[in-house]
Amino acid sequence: MTPLVRIQREDFDIGAEIAALTRGNANIGAVVSFAGLCRDESGRLAALELEHYPGMAEAEIGRVAAEAAGRWPLSGLLAIHRFGLIRPSEQIVLVIAASSHRREAFEAADFLMDYLKTRAPFWKREHLADGTLGGWVEAKADDDDAAQRWEQIS
Amino acid sequence: MSTATVEPASLRLVYFAWVRERVGLTEETVTPPAGTATIADLVRWLKTRGEGYELAFENEAVVRAAIDQTHAKPAAAITGAREIAFFPPMTGG
Repeated sequence: MTPLVRIQREDFDIGAEIAALTRGNANIGAVVSFAGLCRDESGRLAALELEHYPGMAEAEIGRVAAEAAGRWPLSGLLAIHRFGLIRPSEQIVLVIAASSHRREAFEAADFLMDYLKTRAPFWKREHLADGTLGGWVEAKADDDDAAQRWEQIS
Repeated sequence: MSTATVEPASLRLVYFAWVRERVGLTEETVTPPAGTATIADLVRWLKTRGEGYELAFENEAVVRAAIDQTHAKPAAAITGAREIAFFPPMTGG
C-alpha cells in the first residue's frame, strides 16, 4: 500500500476521495477521515494564507505517511494539504485512513495529523476582518506534545 | 595532482514565512567561507551579513532548517548539500 499525498491550491471533495481510496477493495471494513477547516476566530479573521515549501511539503508528508503505513496494517492512506488563501469554513487539510478494522484506521489518521502539524513545512498567516494583514500564526506547544505521545506508545 | 585547495561550494538558500520577510529574500546562492561545516556555522556566518539576517536569526533556537528538503538540526553537517532552507516552526494542518 503506497500512501497518496497531494499538495494543492484547489479544494477537495471528501466523499469523492473516500470513494476513490476504497474502490475495488472489499476487504476494507473501516474508513476514518479527518478534515481541518479554517476558523474565523469569532469573526476576527477574513482568511488564512498558507505558505509552503514546494517539494519538501510532499516529501515530508510522504515520510510521515510511510511511517504510518509501516506501523499499522492499512489498505489505504491519503493526505491532502492546501496552500494559498483559504477563507473561514473552507477546508485546509484532509487525511483518510482505510483498514480492515477501525482501531488501525483511527490511530493511523490521528498519528498522521499529529506529525503533519509539527513536521510538514506550512506556515499560516492571518488576514484580518478589517482588511489588514495580520501576523504569522505561532506554533503551539500542544502540537509538539501531541506528536510526542506517539514516541511513548510502541 | 596539486588540488590542495578545495573550491568553496556554492549553496542555494531558501527562506520561508517571517524568516523570508526579515532576510528580505525568498532565495539566494551563496558561497560560505571555508570551515563552514554545520547548519550552526552557516547561521553564524549569515548573521554577519546584515541587519535582516541578524533579526531573522536573533533567536537561533526558534529558526528551523532543512538540508535538501529534510529537517536538520543545528549540528547537522552541510557537506555536499545543494539546498538549505530556513523557516519558523511549522503551523500547517
